[in-house]
Amino acid sequence: MVDVAFQQNRVQATKAVRKRNGLHKALKRKSTVAFLMTLPLILLIAVLVVYPAFYSLHLATLNKSMTKFVGLGNFEFLFKRDTFWLVVKQSCIFAISAVIFKALIGFIVAHFVHNVPANKQRRWRGMLLVPWVIPPAMSTLAWLWLFDPSYSAFNYTLSFFGIGPIPWTGDANWARFSVILVNVWYGAPFFMIMYLAALKSVPEQLYEAAAIDGANWWQRIWYVTLPMMRNIIAITTLFSLIVTFANFDIVRILTAGGPLDHTHIFATWAFRVGIEGSDIPLGASVSLFMVPILAVAAIFILRDISKRGNEA
Amino acid sequence: MAEVSLRKVVKRYDEVEAVRGIDLDIADHEFVVLVGPSGCGKSTTLRMIAGLEDISDGDIMIGGDVVNDVPPKDRDIAMVFQNYALYPHMTVAENMSFGLRLKHYPKAEIKTRVAEAARMLDITDLIDRKPKQLSGGQRQRVAMGRAIVRNPKVFLFDEPLSNLDAKLRVQMRIEIKKVHQKVRTTTVYVTHDQVEAMTLADRVVVMNHGRIEQIGTPNELYHKPATRFVASFIGSPAMNFVPCRLEDVGGRMHIRLTDRLAFPVPPARAARYQAVLRTDKLLLGIRPEHITEARQHLEPGVEPFDAVLDVTEPMGMETLVYFTLDGTQICGRVNPNAGAQDGAPLRLAVDLNNIHLLNEVTGVVL
Repeated sequence: MVDVAFQQNRVQATKAVRKRNGLHKALKRKSTVAFLMTLPLILLIAVLVVYPAFYSLHLATLNKSMTKFVGLGNFEFLFKRDTFWLVVKQSCIFAISAVIFKALIGFIVAHFVHNVPANKQRRWRGMLLVPWVIPPAMSTLAWLWLFDPSYSAFNYTLSFFGIGPIPWTGDANWARFSVILVNVWYGAPFFMIMYLAALKSVPEQLYEAAAIDGANWWQRIWYVTLPMMRNIIAITTLFSLIVTFANFDIVRILTAGGPLDHTHIFATWAFRVGIEGSDIPLGASVSLFMVPILAVAAIFILRDISKRGNEA
Repeated sequence: MAEVSLRKVVKRYDEVEAVRGIDLDIADHEFVVLVGPSGCGKSTTLRMIAGLEDISDGDIMIGGDVVNDVPPKDRDIAMVFQNYALYPHMTVAENMSFGLRLKHYPKAEIKTRVAEAARMLDITDLIDRKPKQLSGGQRQRVAMGRAIVRNPKVFLFDEPLSNLDAKLRVQMRIEIKKVHQKVRTTTVYVTHDQVEAMTLADRVVVMNHGRIEQIGTPNELYHKPATRFVASFIGSPAMNFVPCRLEDVGGRMHIRLTDRLAFPVPPARAARYQAVLRTDKLLLGIRPEHITEARQHLEPGVEPFDAVLDVTEPMGMETLVYFTLDGTQICGRVNPNAGAQDGAPLRLAVDLNNIHLLNEVTGVVL
């Protein structure tokens, strides 16, 4: 279809610019047209992604007042700071545990939705996607209110069972729990919708064959569902790991990194150091640290997707 | 090995009754084919035997035990699906041994059984491949292998050949028959293809609108159909149906087809139709092979008539001829040397020893 459309353009273009030979020839090439059509996106990425990336590389090599080249000095400084290693540890705990729970909850909920009769499924899908479509900055404010030390609705409810009050954002471990909880609440619907799509692509007859072969429900999930969903699970996990690792808004709004930096992750700490602490080169160095960690994760997860892709 | 019995089995989907009270007894070792047009309830019946569909009413028994509420995995059955339903992430050997591995059979026994089934189906070389690397026919063999290694009480086949091309279908049909001769497991086979039904079955069950029209051996169905549906469904080209009525001319029973055309009924048949009212609207059912070219010497009960052919279809070993009788198209099979030509007249003969008379209203064969 696309090819045909291009061919027609070419014919019209030929008539219009017959005399301007250079442009005519350039337009004649399909690759040129394709390039021109993707140019807006390429420009957008260049301005908003590529330039800032290289600029941050440049920034990371400057001193605090951005007047002197210090090479890897910023990194040397970071390695000696305990807070930096605390942030590395917290980022890993935050991202890994949040992704695991998002994936688990998404998988379970996707199964429930998959088993809802088709005519009611749309409604459930829509409702379950709500956490994901609300801008997290807004929904986190609502969570902040639920966690509020004086008016917490959670603590009020728990008080009926004789539990609490729990310092949701005041205690280091509870604060970590809270930011992960909000992130899971926000991100699980994405997993749910991806897994639901994957579940729907598994042929029903495979389950029937497995049922006749003697598999119980758990064996059907283990031997049929999971292997059939492996690629989707890997890609979704990687994507979510990247997004969660780079999370900013939820932590920033809920705890702002506190108490005592115990919930800081890379993005929030980079903001604290770079913008609030007016040391932009150091902030850039912090944020650059996400790159190698995520690259290793990507290589591990994507390593044999192409190999497995041939099976399905 | 076991017999299978269905007692007044009903399947309802909300308002629709897909299967309307089926009674069927399948003997041990028997190969039974359920055949009928799409939507006749044959697949639903098979899936109820498998336990993949609940039974709305009635009983299903396998080996004498009522299995209405037994889940598929405990029914000791094996099923071959239309699209094979092989596990794409497992090799051929893993696919075939999956059921045995779930039941924790010893490894050595699994290996022997898989090897044996693979040898029987001639897929020993493919044992380490993934389904994606196999052709349609090979996948079909693996699906059958998966059923065979289980050594179940009953084999269930759900239109297993309909995804194959015509040539391969004939080949696999023979293959299935060979396997059944070796394994002798009770088999229920669903198809919409009457040729498959006729060639494979010990007994054929013809279904229509959720009911059984007739149960019988292939020959019984072909030569003694009980209803118009069975008569028209079995056989290719299909049986001709011509409106007619009975009349007595000079003390002899005649079948009158048109004002100018009537045939005397052979005595053996006449006795059978004696009680039929002469005023009833009837249909004459006659298979194409019983309308042939007229020979010099006509057997008793074979009557000649003249027809102008509309179309001829040379098939090689025979030629199909089509002509019209009072607006009804009729097909006959003549010898290729009989000189049948489009638009030309030809003297044909009808074998009245093999006719069927049907009540036009009820469709029942008299």
